[in-house]
This record gives sequence, C-alpha cells and structure tokens, in this order.
Amino acid sequence: MGFFNRLFGSEKKASLDQGLAKSKQGVMERISRVFTGKRRIDDDLLEDLEEALILSDVGVDTTEAILGRLRKRATWEAFVDQSELMTMLREEVLGLITKDEDRAWTDSTAYRVPPSDGQPHVIMIVGVNGVGKTTSIAKLAHRYKSSGLKVMLGAADTFRAAAVDQLKVWGQRVGVEVVAQGMGSDPAAVAFDTLQSAVAQKADLVLIDTAGRLHNKVNLMSELGKIKRVMSKVVPEAPHEVWLVLDGSTGQNALEQAKRFTEVTDVTGLVLTKLDGTAKGGVVLAISDQLQVPVRFVGVGEQMGDLQEFHPMEFVDSLLPESFETNP
Amino acid sequence: MFDHLQERFERAFKVLKGHGSITEVNVGETLKEVRKALLDADVDFKTAKEFVKKVKAEALGREVLTAIQPGQLLIKITHEELTKLMGQAAAPLELKGQPASILLAGLQGAGKTTHAGKLAARIAKSGRKPLLVACDVHRPAAVDQLEVVGQSVGVDVYSEPGVKDAVGIATRGMAKAKSEGYGAVIVDTAGRLAIDEVLMDEISAVRKAVQPQETLFVVDAMTGQDAVQTAKAFNERLDFTGVVLTKLDGDARGGAALSIFSVVGKPIKFVGTGEKMDALDVFHPERMADRILGKGDVVSLVERAQQAIDDQEAKRIEAKLRKNTFDLEDFLAQIQQIKKMGNVKDLLGMVPGMGKALKGMDIDDNAFMGIESIIRSMTPKERAEPSIINGSRRGRIAQGSGRSVEDVNRLLKQFQEMKKMMGSMARGGMPKVPGMRMPGRRG
Repeated sequence: MGFFNRLFGSEKKASLDQGLAKSKQGVMERISRVFTGKRRIDDDLLEDLEEALILSDVGVDTTEAILGRLRKRATWEAFVDQSELMTMLREEVLGLITKDEDRAWTDSTAYRVPPSDGQPHVIMIVGVNGVGKTTSIAKLAHRYKSSGLKVMLGAADTFRAAAVDQLKVWGQRVGVEVVAQGMGSDPAAVAFDTLQSAVAQKADLVLIDTAGRLHNKVNLMSELGKIKRVMSKVVPEAPHEVWLVLDGSTGQNALEQAKRFTEVTDVTGLVLTKLDGTAKGGVVLAISDQLQVPVRFVGVGEQMGDLQEFHPMEFVDSLLPESFETNP
Repeated sequence: MFDHLQERFERAFKVLKGHGSITEVNVGETLKEVRKALLDADVDFKTAKEFVKKVKAEALGREVLTAIQPGQLLIKITHEELTKLMGQAAAPLELKGQPASILLAGLQGAGKTTHAGKLAARIAKSGRKPLLVACDVHRPAAVDQLEVVGQSVGVDVYSEPGVKDAVGIATRGMAKAKSEGYGAVIVDTAGRLAIDEVLMDEISAVRKAVQPQETLFVVDAMTGQDAVQTAKAFNERLDFTGVVLTKLDGDARGGAALSIFSVVGKPIKFVGTGEKMDALDVFHPERMADRILGKGDVVSLVERAQQAIDDQEAKRIEAKLRKNTFDLEDFLAQIQQIKKMGNVKDLLGMVPGMGKALKGMDIDDNAFMGIESIIRSMTPKERAEPSIINGSRRGRIAQGSGRSVEDVNRLLKQFQEMKKMMGSMARGGMPKVPGMRMPGRRG
C-alpha cells in the first residue's frame, strides 16, 4: 500500500500519468527503477533534464553548464539513486543562486529592514512595463506595515495612465500614506517630496514606485539615475535598495533586463512576480549567477497578502522534472 | 546579443567550411546552433526541436552557391522556413456588423489596456466610430486607465465604476453601442492566469455575451516557455481569432510569436511597438524571422551576396585561384563586386565574427579608392604579372594614381600575401571573396 501510494499519490497521479505516457522506457522500466532506486546517468536522462530546465526558462547556456557539471560528476558515479541525483542537481542549481556560504539553502532570502537610524529606509522599485511593480509595492507595504513599520509610498510613475490612481487605491487598502503629484509631473520631484515628508513624519520605510520602462530606452533609463540622485539629496544613503521586479513568465530577455537595470541603478534585489501561474521563472538562475543579486520576494497573486519569501530549495525543486522529485 | 549569436554561428561555420553541399554530417553542428538561437529567442522547446528537423530535411542536398558557405545558406533556409511558417496565415482584422466587436484577453501586464487605446485610434481612423468598454473590474484603477487612454485618443469609454459584474458591463456596453450607432466596440478585460478557473469562466461568459467577431489574445513579446501553455489554455476557452504581440520595441527576440503560431495556429495580427497611441504595426513575418534569428544580418549578407555576386564570375575566380593565376585585374573585379554589395563597414559587420573586430573602428567607405586608383594606373601587363613591376614602374604608377610609392609597395606586398593565403584556401576548396587589410583606424 505504501509503495503504491508513493508511486501513485493522488495529487501526483495526473501529472505522473502524463509523464508515463511520455516516457520512452514505459511503465515497467519506471517501476523497476523505483524498485532498485537507481538510474543510470545516461543521455536519455540528461535529455529529460535538459527539456525540463529549458521549459522552466532556465536558458540554454545555464542548462548546459548545469548538465555539464552533472555529466562530469556522473563519470565518478555512473549509477545513482533518485535522491542522490536530486541532491547533485540541487547542489548544482543552488550553487548558482546562493553564493553566500553562511546561508542555508532552506533559508528564505526575505529582506529585513535594518533598525532605524532616524532616517527612513528607502527602496526604489524598477522594472519594465507590466511586470507588476505597483502591485508588488502594495504587497511589500502590507508586509512591512504588518511587521510594525511606518511605511510611505511615493507615486513616481507619473507616466502610465492612472498609475497614480492605482497606487492610491492600494495605499487606501493597505492603510499607508501615498505621496503623489499629478500625472505627467517630474518623477524625480515626486521622489524628492516623498522623502521629505517621510523624514518629517518619521517614516521607517519608503517604497518608490517608478514607471515601467524597457531597458533599451536610453533616455528613460537615465531618468532612473536622476530619480536616484535626487533622493540622495534628502537622505544621503537613499535609495538604500533598488529592487528590480521581473515577470515570472518572462523568458531569456529577463537576463538582459537585469543587466541593463543594474548598470543604471545598481539593483540590489529581485522580486519575481506572477509565479502563481504555470511559468517557472527559471531565468533567475542565470541572473543570480551572473549578477549576484538575490531574489527577495515572490509574487503569487493579486491580493496584498500574495507575497511570499523566496526559498531557494523550493524554487529549485519546482524547476526540476517531477520524475526527480523525492518522496511525494 | 547579436555578436554573441554571430560568434556561435562562426564556430558552427568552421565545421561546414570547405563543403560544397549540405550533407547529414556537416549540417549537425550548425543546426545545433540554430536550435540554440531559437531557444535563446524563447521559442518553445518542442517547437524548436521540430522546426530544426524540418529545416534539416529542407536543407539536405541543397547545392551551395559558390560564393557563400553552407552554414550561411543553412541560416538562410532557416529564415525562409520561419517566414513561411509565420507568414502563411497573416490576416487583417475582420470587422463586420454594426457594431463590429473585438474582445481583448491575456495575462496580467501583457498590455491589453494600452492596446485597446491603440486599436480604438486605428479603427476611428478607418471610419468606424469605436466605443471602449471597461470590463477590467479587478485591477485597481484599471477603469481610470482606460478612461485616460480613451480621452487621449478621443474615443468614448463605457464604464461602470464600482460595478464588479464584467458580463453585465459588457452587455450594457454593447447595447449602448447598438442604440447610439457606434461602428465598433472594443472590450478591455482584466488580466488573468490561464489556470484561474473563476476568471476564465468570467471571460468565457463575457465572450458569450458580446459574441465578438474578433477575440484577440494579447501577449508580451518577452514571454518565455510558458507562452505556449497559456496560449493553448486561452484558445481552448475562447477560440481566439488572432494574437497581438506587445512590447516589441524592447530587445526581446520574441520567439513566443513562433511558438504560439505553431501550437495554436492563430495568426499574429498586430505588434505593439511603444507606449504612444500610434505605436501599433501590422505583423511582418519576415521582420519577426529576422528578430528571432538575431536581427538576421547573416541572412541579409547571404541575400546581398546572392544578388551582387555573379555565380559564373565567382566560379571563374575560383578556377583562377585554384591554378594560382589570380592577378590584379581579378582583384579589381572583386573589389567592384564587393562595392556593389553596399557600404563596406555594414558589409564587414555582417560577416560572422567581424562585428566584434570592427567595434570602435572607423572604416572609410572609400577604403577601396586608393587600391583601385593604383591598379588602374597599371598597364594590363603589369596587372597580369605584378612581378615585372620594378622601381621605375612603381614611380610611374604612384604618380599616375596620385599615391605615394610606399602605397604602391604596400599594395603589391599585400597582394602577394593574399595570393599565398588564397592559394592555400583554394586547395581546401573554399572560394571566398578575398580578404584584405582594411585601411582603418581605431576610434
């Protein structure tokens, strides 16, 4: 009974069925594999893995790098059981995300606002159009407000139609103050105003919303630099953090986005949104690996509570094919 | 990104170098690179796999034009196939009835509301009076956004602030359009995930209520591998009539377009190219193919070479190279052909691997002028037998061409080196436009 539960655990059944249908080796092979618990690291296996990683938007180069290292290790140990293989894979993939030796893979990378030094802590939120910046800000405001901080929002997206209204609605729902000027006003001026009133009102945390901009638009990108500079006139270290919001369903272009935004604003963290759908967001592996920027939070819905901490281990498991999952 | 792709193609070409036609053996490495290029462009995994298979079948046995390398030809075939695939079903918007109706659907942040405004502006221009209907009852301020967008393009917006019943709003919007004589209705809806059953039910109901002629699936050009699943799911529920690809003014290569096309078989009707209300283009399959393959410069090089280089002439030169009788007269002819192909820097930039080498280099478009004038100042005999050019001949040539004797010496030396180099290449069987050191300076 235990055995069949393990093999055909109800919640896994549908996807397992699919997996079986796809499998070249067929049912018997797979069952025997479960019996012996060992699988040879062969080309078929690596191909399955390649497909799974690429389908998760990990990208060809990163996938090849991961599989290359796996292949090398496989020359030492040609037969591994599933959990060993899973461990190897996890190690390879996690190695890309977490470079920090002290941090356990099971730890979340949630950002803790440092204790107040009398000045507000400022986080500027940037990203291309439609990734979910404003919604993410609402969620962050909700989270940090719930943890006892006085939060203020700056509506520096003065470009997109009704963006200011959108943030104001959120501000009301969450119960935090939103500093705004009219549409079309200078975003740097809005950011400046926001920081000034945050200082006056002794806010702990300020989140600055910015207009979505495609990273290849030079003028819009340099505008971000300006917003940043202006803020430092009010609070010298501001913004303390710049977070890039990435749409979890974006493919390989996300890497380019991360590179370009980092060039202009020194991105210090990532927020990965829309992971409640079927997209996996695997491109952050390459981003974390190449740019050393941690994922801070993950967006999983449209409500203000739909923000989760990022757990590297869980994330990695979600990228890997289900036949590699450990016990259900 | 482009240089990167070129580097890889160049690597692939190395394998193909020196082969006259495309065979099973020499095609492998290049196709691997093609597949990689497709995956880097976010083309769906399976689509890329099948596509490469198809290109291979198409390419095998094709004779390679003497002037280009098999690898380059393969890229061209890939481009042709991509264009063919995406171009077959490109279709205009079907607007029938009074009012005609269009429903927009898609994920969050795809650009539906912006597209609604652009579409309204376009339809208004075509003579039908459009009405925008605000059925995004979920995202805060989405209705306000549509109001602002409508105002900016001078189009009326029907909305019911505070009402949460999207089907009701759609129905009443349609009724208003009918009774007030609008020519078209564009229904904007909330972004939704394909797996959100509640919201998918909602949009199905809206569709039933509106009975639109066109249901457009709006998708972000930057979408990754998930594009296929999402498009499939939306198509199953809505049987959409076309696709709008947005944010194409970014630098995403937009492989999602190809994936959606090949998986659900619905045409791409529009592409969004900016935040301004007129930034809407009809879809060009060929440009999309260019984009997916990395701007397609390799492709245009092949095309330009095909146009400019006379195959017979290339064969004649090849024969001369083989016999090592290539002379300055032939060199001059080659220069003429290269010049026919266009701007020198552009051209060199298109040669795989050269783009990088040329970065920051300032190449004079008249680079060939000095060389030409020197050769033209030679007698036919001198051109055929450069070895007879002695000191006094050099002086005369320099004077006749208005260059210095050193220039003449340099050219003769370069020509000798080039001939040596080409001799060895010709033995390898690869005909090639002669390479030469370009007079240029680092910028």
